[in-house]
Amino acid sequence: MSALVYQPRGAVRGLETAGAWVLGFLWVLPLLYAFWTAFHPAEFSTRFALAAPLTLDNFVRAWAAAPFARYFLNTVVLVTMVLAAQLVLVTLAAYSFARFEFPGRNALFALVLVQLMIMPDVLIVENYHTMTVLGIKDTILSIGLPYMASAFGIFLLRQTFKTVPRELDEAARVEGCTPLGVLWRVYVPLARPTYLAYALVSVSYHWNNFLWPLIITNSVESRPVTVGLQVFSATDQGLDWSVITAATLLTTAPLLVAFLLFQKQFVQSFMRAGIR
Amino acid sequence: MTRSAQWIYGWLLLLPAMALLVLFTHYPALATLWQSFFSTPKGSRGSVFVGADNYEQLVSDPIFWQALSNNLWYALGTIPASIVIAILMALWVNERIVGRGFLRLAYFTPTILPMIAVANIWLFFYTPEYGLLQQFLSLFGAPNHNWLGSKSTALPALMAVTIWKEAGFFMIFYLAALQSMSPHLAEAAAIEGASRWYFFRRVTFPLLMPTTLFVLVNAVINAFRLIDHIVVMTRGGPDNATALLLYYVYEIGFRFWDTAYAAALTVVLVTILALVALAQFVFLERRVHYQ
Repeated sequence: MSALVYQPRGAVRGLETAGAWVLGFLWVLPLLYAFWTAFHPAEFSTRFALAAPLTLDNFVRAWAAAPFARYFLNTVVLVTMVLAAQLVLVTLAAYSFARFEFPGRNALFALVLVQLMIMPDVLIVENYHTMTVLGIKDTILSIGLPYMASAFGIFLLRQTFKTVPRELDEAARVEGCTPLGVLWRVYVPLARPTYLAYALVSVSYHWNNFLWPLIITNSVESRPVTVGLQVFSATDQGLDWSVITAATLLTTAPLLVAFLLFQKQFVQSFMRAGIR
Repeated sequence: MTRSAQWIYGWLLLLPAMALLVLFTHYPALATLWQSFFSTPKGSRGSVFVGADNYEQLVSDPIFWQALSNNLWYALGTIPASIVIAILMALWVNERIVGRGFLRLAYFTPTILPMIAVANIWLFFYTPEYGLLQQFLSLFGAPNHNWLGSKSTALPALMAVTIWKEAGFFMIFYLAALQSMSPHLAEAAAIEGASRWYFFRRVTFPLLMPTTLFVLVNAVINAFRLIDHIVVMTRGGPDNATALLLYYVYEIGFRFWDTAYAAALTVVLVTILALVALAQFVFLERRVHYQ
């Protein structure tokens, strides 16, 4: 609970409430503006009249002007694939670091942590080369592959696994569980909140990721929505702002709706993921 | 379980993740360093060892120096501001303020939007003549100004976008820290007659230090890693005024296809990130001893 004794009072309280609201207004302003532009005819995109008619025409035109359905499908495939691979790899590695004694454990863990600082995001030139050598350039797999072994996930899950009481582990082994059986029956169920937190962070990261997909993809069949949106709005097709804004809202809608519905889980997940 | 079984299990469980990490983090980091001493293959002429040529080119490349200084200004302009705003936001939504739920939502929403979508929206916001910002300023008789098109305002305009996007993200960490603070501290301080500002300065803020350190490291990494908005809003222009280091790597590597020079530039970028890591390690160590 907050420190009630230091709650602002009187004039200070009014001033702070006003400040908080001004800031809040500034923070939603760009979004409100985007909504206004997207839901009104082009001639009202920069004119604010209460009588301006509402329309969905901009969305219809945006949807027709580029293969957004395909882009969405690509993003969904990408995000699912990355998350599935991450969950498996990260679980196994975290289990190894948390509960097994083997030579080189600390050195290997330090090597894992390197990725927290030097992310695949900055190693674009060399990773592009690797994808060329592997012959998988311009595929959804090539977008996701560099992110599948996630140091962040290993770190997060290792912390959680370490809090599992050893007695539970040993009891399961006495019952005849193999190490993988123990992982599946004891550790994974107990780490459910961490998995949820990690999944939300991972999904929003890869839904939003842009630079690497921009570099490695070159066709409608593999482009995620972020890159699709950029290709759509950068090519000069004489599109007006209303259509571009509608497309922008369209591409963010699934995430935005999910966030508004599961606000609490999102905020808590980001919090949990950040506190280590 | 025997000792050797422990070893084998440990290694085997680690193997798949480690293989991918090596392939896409450690190997490319080392390969970049290696490539930076070779020339870019051109036509029939393959890549040859050129020693420090790429680095000599880098030292005498004014655009590199500009990108580096842009990036430092960008970090300096965005990080302290984001942190101050984040602390303010956290303090506010931690109080019993009117409309707390809405404010929390308003502050946090930019965080979950893709940077590229955000950039599109802000691009329109900054448009000369029609953009909302210009319309607002015109009410006060301000002359028309191309915010992203002039050298003096382009980088600050991008900084505003970054602050807007990141402050809400950092807010939640401060909020978590504030909520885990014992109310007895405030009660004791109030009995001692400490003012509200004094309490914040001498108790709350120092207790938030670990959070600030965490946020700081993240913010620095992001300042060097996230360039999506540059691709959309300015493409490094006008006249390289908004070229950040990673954007320059992208331009050299994927628009001019000079991979060797891009490798040398990447080495500089990775070195900066490694220094951040080192600084964090040293600070964390000190904090551990301090406690």
